[in-house]
Amino acid sequence: MNAAQHHTLSVLVENKAGVLARVAGLFARRGFNIYSLAVAPTEDERFSRITVVVDVESAPLEQVRKQLFKLINVIEIQELAPGDSIERELLMATVRAEGAQRSQVIELTAVFGGKVLDVGHDELLVSLEDVPERVDDFEDLLRPFGIVNLQRTGRIALPKLRKVPPVRSARAASS
Amino acid sequence: MDEITGGEALIRSLELEGVEVIFGLPGGAILPVYDPLLDSPIRHILVRHEQGAGHMAEGYAHVTGRPGVAMVTSGPGATNIVTPLCDAFMDSIPMVVITGQVPTKAIGSDAFQECDTTGITLSVTKHNFLVTSAEEIPWTIRAAFHIARTGRPGPVLVDVPKDVVDPKNPNSRMRWYWPDEVDLPGYKPTVQGHPRKIQEAAELISRSVRPVIYAGGGILKARASEALLELAELTGIPVVTTLMARGAFPDDHELALGMPGMHGNYTAVTAMQKCDLLIALGSRFDDRVTGNPATFARDAKVIHVDIDPAELGKVRTPDVPIVGDCRVVIEQLVEAIRKMGGRDCQPDRSEWMATIRDWQRRYPLRYEPSLPGEDLKPQFVIEQIRDHTPDDTIVSVGVGQHQMWASQYWRFRHPHTFVCSGGLGTMGFAIPAAIGAKVGRPDRMVWAIDGDGCFQMTAQELVTATCERIPIKVAVLNNAYLGMVRQWQELFYEERYSEVYLSPDIPDYVKWAEAMGCEAMRVETPEEVGPAIEKANEIDDRPVVVEFRVDTREKVYPMVPAGASNDDIILGPAISKGSEDHD
Ligand SMILES: Cc1ncc(C[n+]2csc(CCOP(=O)(O)OP(=O)(O)O)c2C)c(N)n1
Repeated sequence: MNAAQHHTLSVLVENKAGVLARVAGLFARRGFNIYSLAVAPTEDERFSRITVVVDVESAPLEQVRKQLFKLINVIEIQELAPGDSIERELLMATVRAEGAQRSQVIELTAVFGGKVLDVGHDELLVSLEDVPERVDDFEDLLRPFGIVNLQRTGRIALPKLRKVPPVRSARAASS
Repeated sequence: MDEITGGEALIRSLELEGVEVIFGLPGGAILPVYDPLLDSPIRHILVRHEQGAGHMAEGYAHVTGRPGVAMVTSGPGATNIVTPLCDAFMDSIPMVVITGQVPTKAIGSDAFQECDTTGITLSVTKHNFLVTSAEEIPWTIRAAFHIARTGRPGPVLVDVPKDVVDPKNPNSRMRWYWPDEVDLPGYKPTVQGHPRKIQEAAELISRSVRPVIYAGGGILKARASEALLELAELTGIPVVTTLMARGAFPDDHELALGMPGMHGNYTAVTAMQKCDLLIALGSRFDDRVTGNPATFARDAKVIHVDIDPAELGKVRTPDVPIVGDCRVVIEQLVEAIRKMGGRDCQPDRSEWMATIRDWQRRYPLRYEPSLPGEDLKPQFVIEQIRDHTPDDTIVSVGVGQHQMWASQYWRFRHPHTFVCSGGLGTMGFAIPAAIGAKVGRPDRMVWAIDGDGCFQMTAQELVTATCERIPIKVAVLNNAYLGMVRQWQELFYEERYSEVYLSPDIPDYVKWAEAMGCEAMRVETPEEVGPAIEKANEIDDRPVVVEFRVDTREKVYPMVPAGASNDDIILGPAISKGSEDHD
């Protein structure tokens, strides 16, 4: 994915039927591919949060953002710059793990800080929750063993609590 | 608190929203709502096709500013009203459509006459609701009207499953209530313009030497015609009115430039191209107005006022974007300019006005009058209707050449007198819209100016008009062709006329109109035109259809070909000839 075109939107919506279709529809209508989408209720059961990653240039995205905001069920939209937010994604994979491969998969999972969730005769079910790039790496390294089943959640993200001030403004403040 | 059925609650809610008329057609799924309607003071107009109901609701909303209401059944009833929903969505018409739906339990099972109405209409409504219990009905109706008429107006659909309104079903039992307000946490339209932006705009205005006001349909939606007049007169800035804004500024005013765009007049188009400041008020930089956007008003700074933030910067990045209600923002602007000294603080714009006057003199709208024995000129027919009717007459139009000529040759002096499908360009709009307009403003004379192609799409609604005693007048400009398409084929497809010929005689429009209970006339010569219109004006107990046999070859000029630059406007033979006379 081209980093310049990668945008993460965090959209707070009313927790009502059909809202996801409305939101996704606005991207679909313009032919934008949604790279990743995650949605679940929030701390307040009236609302859900949708984290959507799209791969478009800023100008068209700005128009979609405004159109999204016109949806009656959309309450808040935030664009999360990668540096200012914490991103996570969960991967679950069933991996072929016979004989000697078994310990290799277990070891790899341990190195990444993942978990072995289930053990079969010649397969392992492993999971990893991490930043999307690390999850990508983990998936790549699992592939040679033979991935039988793979499910990723799509990324979720929230803004960082303490933002490191950019260098320039820090200097301006001291002068 | 009384216990009632969902169907009764729905009708009661509509009454409390002040609904005076519903356009619709019943069917199985919506029957339980039609039953309590019998005991309601709300008038119901039974249409012959649901598309008619939708356009009638639009016509009603166009002239009254209040949401038009249509009610239809599930499945085919709902799909038949999708075109009007899209039309209203494109033109920001407030409308509430109620559709029946199969019972809650059957939803999603491909039951008889089921369709996914909210799914189908998702992208052509401002919002839609699927009611899931009787309790939701009053709140939903309240919210639907609130959403339809506030902010950027638009159509809202409420899909109502049969069981929640059916008195025989326990699901329809509910305790009546009426919500004081609707809680929509994600919906808060901005009404007031930001004071700093207002100030910036006022300063730009008082610095520019070649300004133009680009007034769009938002002026009418915001009931901002008076405010616009005040702004124009205070600043002396000329005004173009888009197709959707015709009537928002009086055409006989010295600052009126008329319609810009693909078939706009030379002065309106060129003044926008050459201006140094474009004050866009409730207009959306539609491609039919801008032509090629890259070459549109190249030297102009732009002030863009719109209630919908998504319109700002969509096509052209404004120098001063202002989100707010057009009327409120214009009033704020007027006040800011007054504070700065009004006219006294404005630069000398006499050269600009002189240039504009020169264009107006050299390139007026013109057509060649017909020679004796030739077919009628459609422009002449429109001028005659204009001159033989009161100046507050409401005109509705279909889509095509007749629509453009009507916009060009009518002289609008009052807001909300032009009812037109602008954004979607829906053939068949004129007749049902005229019916809706007449229902909304029974005190006014209402003329539909329609093409023969358009007429054949929704003419059956004249049956509705006859039965309901809605005395509209219809002018069918019969050029025996899908004229606008023919024009494009003539100009851009080497006169290869593929599938555009309609017969001039089939159907026999006079007999057809008579069969529908209308008074009908056929007019073929210039001398007959005036008297026929006078006669039509006198008939007030039924609809009248006047068929005018008009010249097939006549074209709409000026014209900016689709995608071309507004600089490359084609004047056409009559206007070019007129300008030579002056040179
Ligand atoms: C429902 C629909 N179908 C097709 C079109 C494309 N279209 C635009 S104008 C036009 C011709 C209209 O012919 P007519 O009603 O005879 O009017 P005229 O142009 O001759 O005045 C057509 C087919 C349309 N706008 N709407």
